[in-house]
Amino acid sequence: MLKLNDIMEVCLLAGKVMLSFGGETYRVEDTMTRIAKSFLIGETYSYVTPTGIFLTLQSAEKEELTKFVRIYERSIDLNKVTLVNEISRQIAIGQLSIDDAKIKLKEIENGQPLYPVWVQVVSSAIASGFFALMFNGNWNDYLPAFIAGGLGFLLFILSHAIIQVRFFTEMVASLWIGALAYFIYFYLGLGTNLDKIIIGAVMPLVPGVLITNAIRDLMAGDLLSGLARGAEAFLTALAIGAGIAVVLALF
Amino acid sequence: MDWKVVYSSLIATMAFGFIFNVPKKAIISGGIIGMIGWVTYVYLSTYKIETISSTLISAFIVATLSQILAKYQKLPVTVFSVAGIIPLVPGGLAYETMRYFVENNYSFAIKYATKTLLISGAIAFGLIISGVISQLVKKG
Repeated sequence: MLKLNDIMEVCLLAGKVMLSFGGETYRVEDTMTRIAKSFLIGETYSYVTPTGIFLTLQSAEKEELTKFVRIYERSIDLNKVTLVNEISRQIAIGQLSIDDAKIKLKEIENGQPLYPVWVQVVSSAIASGFFALMFNGNWNDYLPAFIAGGLGFLLFILSHAIIQVRFFTEMVASLWIGALAYFIYFYLGLGTNLDKIIIGAVMPLVPGVLITNAIRDLMAGDLLSGLARGAEAFLTALAIGAGIAVVLALF
Repeated sequence: MDWKVVYSSLIATMAFGFIFNVPKKAIISGGIIGMIGWVTYVYLSTYKIETISSTLISAFIVATLSQILAKYQKLPVTVFSVAGIIPLVPGGLAYETMRYFVENNYSFAIKYATKTLLISGAIAFGLIISGVISQLVKKG
């Protein structure tokens, strides 16, 4: 007979990893419930918000256990979300024991991101360049957006490692992107549309995941998480806007 | 149709896949979804269809394709939809809004802010319609 405590630990670990790396609220609840159901006969109740998870498990003998975990750090790593999703499926069809699941989940939690930092910086540079093109810029705008976007994202990662205040690092990064774009445009004479360059370079910071997750949460009836994520997205957008506004106001 | 629209949106969306650590087998399909969404948007806009309607339609297409691929490749929907939605996010309009606010041109700023908000709403609505339809399909 499995202990309620062990099941609880695996469920919470799965939920925690999923939530802190960009999973939607309903998916986190689904995953935890699915794992619990495959080991337990009793009811499970979960309550997930972007900053914490409550979970109640009930055994067949009506023995109950409730625990809570707090989520401090939220970042986006959809590969980890996918991996946890797969593990929960394996548990559900009985391919994975509870101890193996715990080890695997711990591995995922502490694992490195799928792509190293330099790949992310280079891809954000490439994305920035092509976004400048997509928004009706021309090929002259590609290189400035490439440089500003790549260096902007690099600063965002570096400053995030030092300062844990997300909105502040976003503002600093967008300020730096604006200043770089200005420098490249006016002093190096590269590019034809400054607006397109800045818009393209800022795109990697735009809270796209947050917006879609917020909507999906609201749709699924998780009103509180939806509003919380919406607020986070709004504040991020505001931080980016404020950074750019400072640059625009200064020059 | 300008080819620039096609390849720039494909590459930009794929690059976003790397930023969000999307699993390798979803990078290309995610890029194609983003490309289809953006090409639809540009195509509709050239036919003088209102930005809000064309955003709504493109978001709906992106979300629906993501749902189908998610089922087919057995991956979470987010993996596909997140990068595909990015091109539709009104970054340019938000930038214009900020610029007019800074220039103390409040009447223009409010105009652009409203439009930004409405377009975000259109993206949301496109996602919602697609989600509701997929739920109906699952039940039916």
